[in-house]
Amino acid sequence: MQTQVEKTRARQRARRLDFLHTVLVVAAIGIPIIAILSLYALINGSLDSILAFGFGFLTSSQWIPNPPNGGPPILGALPSIYGSVVTTTIALLFAVPISLGIALFQSELAPGKLRLPSIFLVELLAAVPSVVYGLWGILFLVPFMSSYVDPGLMNSLGFLPIFSGETNGLGMFTAGVILAIMIIPYAAAVMREIITAVPRAQREACIALGGTQWETMRMAVIPYASTGIIAAIVLAMGRAIGETMAVTMVIGNVARITPSLFLPAETIPSVIANEFTEVAGNGIYLAALFELALILFAIALIMNLIGRLLITRLAFHGKVGSDV
Amino acid sequence: MFSSVASRRFINRLFMVLSTLAFLIALVPLLSILYQTLSKGYAALNLDFFTQLTPPIGGAGGGIINAIEGSLTCVGIASLIGIPVGLFAGAYLYEYPGKLANNLRLVAEVLTGVPSIVTGIVVYVVIVATFHSFSAFAGGIALSFMMIPIVAISTHESLKLVPNSIKEGGLALGVSRSKTLVYILVSTAKGGIVTGIALSVARIMGETAPLLFTALGNQFMMNSIFAPAESMTVLIYSYGTSPYPTAHAFAWGAALILLLLVLGLNVVVRIASRLKPTTAI
Repeated sequence: MQTQVEKTRARQRARRLDFLHTVLVVAAIGIPIIAILSLYALINGSLDSILAFGFGFLTSSQWIPNPPNGGPPILGALPSIYGSVVTTTIALLFAVPISLGIALFQSELAPGKLRLPSIFLVELLAAVPSVVYGLWGILFLVPFMSSYVDPGLMNSLGFLPIFSGETNGLGMFTAGVILAIMIIPYAAAVMREIITAVPRAQREACIALGGTQWETMRMAVIPYASTGIIAAIVLAMGRAIGETMAVTMVIGNVARITPSLFLPAETIPSVIANEFTEVAGNGIYLAALFELALILFAIALIMNLIGRLLITRLAFHGKVGSDV
Repeated sequence: MFSSVASRRFINRLFMVLSTLAFLIALVPLLSILYQTLSKGYAALNLDFFTQLTPPIGGAGGGIINAIEGSLTCVGIASLIGIPVGLFAGAYLYEYPGKLANNLRLVAEVLTGVPSIVTGIVVYVVIVATFHSFSAFAGGIALSFMMIPIVAISTHESLKLVPNSIKEGGLALGVSRSKTLVYILVSTAKGGIVTGIALSVARIMGETAPLLFTALGNQFMMNSIFAPAESMTVLIYSYGTSPYPTAHAFAWGAALILLLLVLGLNVVVRIASRLKPTTAI
């Protein structure tokens, strides 16, 4: 028979357990709240623009926030969507082979003592703030590109429309290069984790057949990890599309669609960052910027979901990340 | 399937050279950024730089005391919210494994991939537009939105590394689930948890886009957290993109301070954890 004291103690114990676990539940609810709040705020904020422009917002190439004749703003997102697609493509062209090389170097080649320091150095590259990349970009990389790289490309490949025209360094090409530098550490880290998690037996089988390191990679490891490597590329792409500050500082911010990579252009996030302070009471203009943010949110959501789901489909996904 | 030995050996050598080269190529921008920031930023530093208010863009003299104050205030507010919420949410993911926790974890992972400028817009709509005022508080909230999923995931990962036997040992002795969590699990995993928190603080300290439309900027010291706030990152952006060389020198100085804080925190934390890499996925 329990005494009153024992009953009270038992109740207190139960309540203490409840209290801590209640706190955990409340905190965990914070995660979906951020997601739902974001979606709600973005849709609510961009409602005016969605109603005014409809699907034409995605296909119109006119971006005239304040028409000279005083009419209503004409806003279409195509120039910024185009800029985002082009800069992201340039970034991936550079970043994918380099990241794969880094991942292979770190997972297969780097001697024991150099492995962790080499990972550490690439992690430092990821830790540099975006705005510092931007400052370095506008004051160092832009002049460097306009005096060395861009003229070189024009002289040798100038017959291609993408390398034609004038250059002052500000434009899609420089933005793509800086984006590549910024996503390399992330893409390389994801690829490294995927490649390291490939089961040993997979490698040993090829080595036992007399395969070299390269043959082991090409025939046994990379095909086995290919879904994961594609996932890494998709995740890196999601990062590249949303990258704001560095791109805004080097792309020149002009709303136009041009084949030349050397001319100033804009991306979805650069328009938001650059024009937000110019809105000044122009309600539909503000709503259009919110709609750009909504588009960006949707793209990031889709890219991340695809990337994550691809990783969970890997036969060895339980091991991914556990090596580190 | 295999061609001649010499060509196979050559191709293998080529593979080794190219992947080592890929790694070295990645170091070039890192070294260039460090060199440029150190050499150009160092020239801008003097006592005034740490004690005076920011000059108008293009103006001479002055310092970044208001930007340092604003950055620390926004990061402080974000930490006050983001660390406990992220920590408890991460502990939840560990304590209640199952379908719901898996889905919550997926939502957190996706949130870490949301562009930071989108977070800035969300907080503008929810807080700045509602209260009709830019503020350090709104900036802190925006940064905490970024911090919560990061801390939750790193806490969850650290707790998962604690061997089950240690946890079961506690439970077998009749220790309650709450006490096992606090005194056994968290205390065993605290190294990893602290690392995750420190790295998330370093990460949000370098953020610009979430502050552009929330904390805005302020040429003076704040008199309350509900006043607009300058920040080092927004200062680097606005001074760096202006046409004036004096403003550029200023931006390099601020970038040097920011890099020292952010990279310094990264280096200390990673050396303390013996260069153990953090999970990227």
